[in-house]
Parts: sequence; structure tokens; C-alpha cells
Amino acid sequence: MSNITNQSLSEILESIKLKKISSLELTQAYIKNIENAKKLNSFVTTTFDQALENAKKFDNKPNNEQLLSGIPLAVKDLFCTENVKTTAGSNILNNFIPSYESTVTKNLWNNGAFLLGKLNCDEFAMGSSNETSFFGNVINPIGDQLVPGGSSGGSSSALAADLTPATIGTDTGGSIRQPASFTGTVGLKPTYGLCSRWGIVAFASSLDQAGPMTKTVNDCSIMLEAMSGFDEKDSTSINKKKEIYSKNLKDNIKGLKIGIPKEYRVDNMPKEIDELWEKGKKILKDLGAQLIDISLPHTKYALPTYYIVAPAEASSNLARYDGVRYGYRSEKGKDLIEMYENTRSEGFGDEVKRRILIGTYVLSSGYYDAYYLKAQKVRQLIKKDFDDSFTKVDAILTPSTPSSAFKIGEKTNDPVSMYLNDIFTVPVNLAGLPALSLPAGLDKKGYPLGLQLIGKALDEQKILNIGYAFEKNCGYKNEIKKWWS
Amino acid sequence: MSLDKEKIKHVAKLARISVDEAKVDSLTKDLNSIFKFIEQLNELNTDKVEPLTSILNQSLRSRKDEISDGKIREKILKNSPKKNEEFFVVPKVVE
Repeated sequence: MSNITNQSLSEILESIKLKKISSLELTQAYIKNIENAKKLNSFVTTTFDQALENAKKFDNKPNNEQLLSGIPLAVKDLFCTENVKTTAGSNILNNFIPSYESTVTKNLWNNGAFLLGKLNCDEFAMGSSNETSFFGNVINPIGDQLVPGGSSGGSSSALAADLTPATIGTDTGGSIRQPASFTGTVGLKPTYGLCSRWGIVAFASSLDQAGPMTKTVNDCSIMLEAMSGFDEKDSTSINKKKEIYSKNLKDNIKGLKIGIPKEYRVDNMPKEIDELWEKGKKILKDLGAQLIDISLPHTKYALPTYYIVAPAEASSNLARYDGVRYGYRSEKGKDLIEMYENTRSEGFGDEVKRRILIGTYVLSSGYYDAYYLKAQKVRQLIKKDFDDSFTKVDAILTPSTPSSAFKIGEKTNDPVSMYLNDIFTVPVNLAGLPALSLPAGLDKKGYPLGLQLIGKALDEQKILNIGYAFEKNCGYKNEIKKWWS
Repeated sequence: MSLDKEKIKHVAKLARISVDEAKVDSLTKDLNSIFKFIEQLNELNTDKVEPLTSILNQSLRSRKDEISDGKIREKILKNSPKKNEEFFVVPKVVE
């Protein structure tokens, strides 16, 4: 089967189950693709020997009862993997080999999958274009010199280029949904607390959430089911019965109420984003959903709030990188303090340093009330906007991003213009809600555009169902020419 | 308000990050544009709003005070950039 790797995860699972292909053949096919795609720079580390070993083990004693039987998976390099280097895209962790496995990846392996490699990402997940990684830019398979989005840019690039059948990312302000939108793939940010944060390199702990990135909505439901679940080791993990998202996936959305927030039509938004939104509304309406105009009045304050809360949490989370217990250490400096300062200066990249400084400043004595406390209050207002709307609607439909993928270097000189990429995704993180980005069309340059479905807390099944129905009726298909191999 | 170079150097000191003198100007420019953006929040009156400290409707769990691991000294020391037998080594602190 020469084209196995361009199939969806669920199709591949079926082929494995029916023994049309062995796990070893499947793994070899992905390894070949990865070796031919070095130009994309989506991998930081590959674990081919280990993957081949695991594939053989599966083939010798196949267990097809699991959600991810015999499936090789590459994951974002923010998830700690036991005995496999975990860098978070940073020089400061360039030599870090965890002695433990993150809960989310362990859940995947317990469901029959195994590791194929670690995917490039923005440094400490701080970025929207994968340009802040210590390991270099990642290329979007959609076009040479295009960014794959970020921070889960290695994940979106590898998925769209058929280098992994599905993957996982993390989303603090849009880092799953924006790259999914830029590459014509599906990305889900789950409800805060649904997937364990244990063993994930921390960025902003009240916002960080891991989630699946896949080619189809069905695949997304399978991955979410495999990775989610209560974890004692994460104090913010939600203790609830595990859901069977894949079995419960259905495409009947008749009578559901879909909110359309007027604040998501921003100034200077390209006409094609507006047209895409209209197209999305029509598809859902034709499927029997009811469209309802709603207002989320504090939307424009979400990004400024985010740029206080996230750097504040990051500055305290990243205080641990001191060059003493693990990670990079500078040889320069005459005493302990200078060793710290040089280690952190040489180990962190510019964007990470910028955010640590913002965070340190907004938390510093005399400024805390004016910035951090203010942001926490506005965050309350943003959450209340959603709470109010969800008394009237089942889900909310918006564009995923204000533009399609841009060129490498296009926005690096202006941090604020880079931050504006996340204007539609950030409010969801502040409110802790689930949101699904779906590929929905192309702009006039032929680059993918996505639409976002936002759900109530823990209502993943509903947005997956709406997404499933949408996907069947949208007719979007990624047609990527493999120009890189 | 605007951040001047001295303030930025002070914050960098608090954050234990040495800042290259040559980069202070561009850093000042970037941080000021970010703070200008952030300060849009001042348009909002939030006097009567409670700050949101946790997004979850649950209080933090406590666990039993039981030892669940241990005897992992080697694992903990494994990634240390400099060690001496069972100790992390740092530059001299006390003369």
C-alpha cells in the first residue's frame, strides 16, 4: 500500500485491524516520508529504532482492542518523554532527558500507540509562527517560505505533510487551533482540566491545555478519548467519568442553536474570512441548526488581558531554569548570581526573555494592582460574556484566525502584529472552554482557512458532532503537492 | 506610562537575565509597544468586578500525606550540568 500515509487515522486503524498492513510496514512508510521531508524541519528528534522495535512487538502479538492499536505517533516537543530528549524548542533544555513520561503521552502509549519522534515548536510554546524555536523555522507544506502557525508548528506541518497519522499539541492562546487553521487540519483545545498537564513543560499554567491535531473530526474524537482523563498528579485535573467520544460521534445537529458573535468581525479583516464565515453559517443552517446573533462585548480586551496573565505565569514558571539542576549552564560569570543571569540570557531566546520581563514587571511591587489584578478582573468579564451567551446557544461559530498563513519573517519585527494572530483564539483559553478549529476553505492564494466552534465547558462531544456534520457537508480536502521530497 | 532603559535593566535584574547593552534600545521599543497595547484595559471600569483566580468550579484537592516515591537520587541528578557525587555543584557562595 503505497499511499497509506495520506489516509486518516481511522482508515489506518481499520487497515491494521484487517491486517491489510502491518504496524512495521506502516512505521517504515512514515519513516521514509520523514527522511524525505527534512526541508520542512518539523522534527527536533526522531526515535526510529524504538518505533520499529515497538511496531515489531505489536505485529508479533497484535491487540486490536485498543483505540490506537499499532499506531506510530510524533508529538510536540513540549511533552516529557522518558529517556527521550525533550527541548520545548529551547536551547536551555537542549540536553534535557526526562526520567519520566507525561501523563498525556503515557495515555496514548497505554492505548496502543508508540513514539515516532518529537516535533518542533516555538520556544516554550511562545509564538504564533514557529519562528522562535531554537531549532529553526518550520515550513508549512502548503507552500515554501510559509509559516505553519504556532506554537504547535512542527505538529501541524508534520500532520499535513503525512509524517504522522495524527499528533498532539498544546494550546495556551491558540497554539493548536491557529496552526491547524494554517495547514488545513483539525485541531481541538479541550476544556481546561480535561487533559492532564503533568509532565508538559509549563508555559502559563491557568491557560495551558493539551489537545489533538488530526486530519478528520473522527480522528480528533479518537485521539481526545485516548489522551484525556483524570490524573491525580495534576491538581487542576477534572475528576469525571471518561467519555467515549468516538463511539458517540453523530452528525445530526438539527435544532441546535449556534451563536454568531458580532465582535468577531474585526477591522481590516480580509473579505475572504467574512465569506468563509458566511459559508460556515449556511452549512450549519442547511443542516437544521438555528443561527442566533449574540454579543461577547469584552472580546477586544482578551488579547491585552492575555498578555498580562500569560507572561506573569510564564515568568514564575520559567524561574526554575537556573542552570543548577538540569538544562543549559553558562560557563561565564564570577559568582552564583552572574551564573544565573548568563545562563538565562544565553539559554532563552528573545521572545521568551521579552515575556519573562513583561511578567516580572506586571507582578513587581507597585505594579501588581494596575496590571495583574486588573487583568484578572477583565478575565472575569470575558468569562461572564461566554456564560451569558451559553444560556442562549449550544455552541458559537467564529473564524479561527484573522488571516491565512503568512511568510517567514513577515511579522517578526513587530511583536504586537504577531500577537494579533491569536485574536479569535485567546478568549477561549481565558474562559477555559473547549474549541475546535475546522478546515473550511481556501483564500485566493490557495491557502487554507479555518472556522472555530466554541463549546460550553466539558461539551466536547457537542462541538465534535457539529464539526463532524460540518466536515461531511463542507467538502474541504487538503490537496498538498509534495514539493519538498 | 512608558518604560525607560533603567527600569528595564532593573526588571531584568529581578528576573535574573543579563541584558546585552546593544539590545536595550530595541527591547525598550518592543516592550513599550506591548505595554501600550496592554493598557487598553484602562478603558474599562472594573471597580465592582471580582478577580478571576481559577477557571474551575472546584477547589484544589488535597491528597493524603503519604510518600509515593523516593530513592530516585540518581534520576534527579542525571540531568545536572555539574555534580559531585550526590550533590549539585554551583559557583562558590560562601568565602
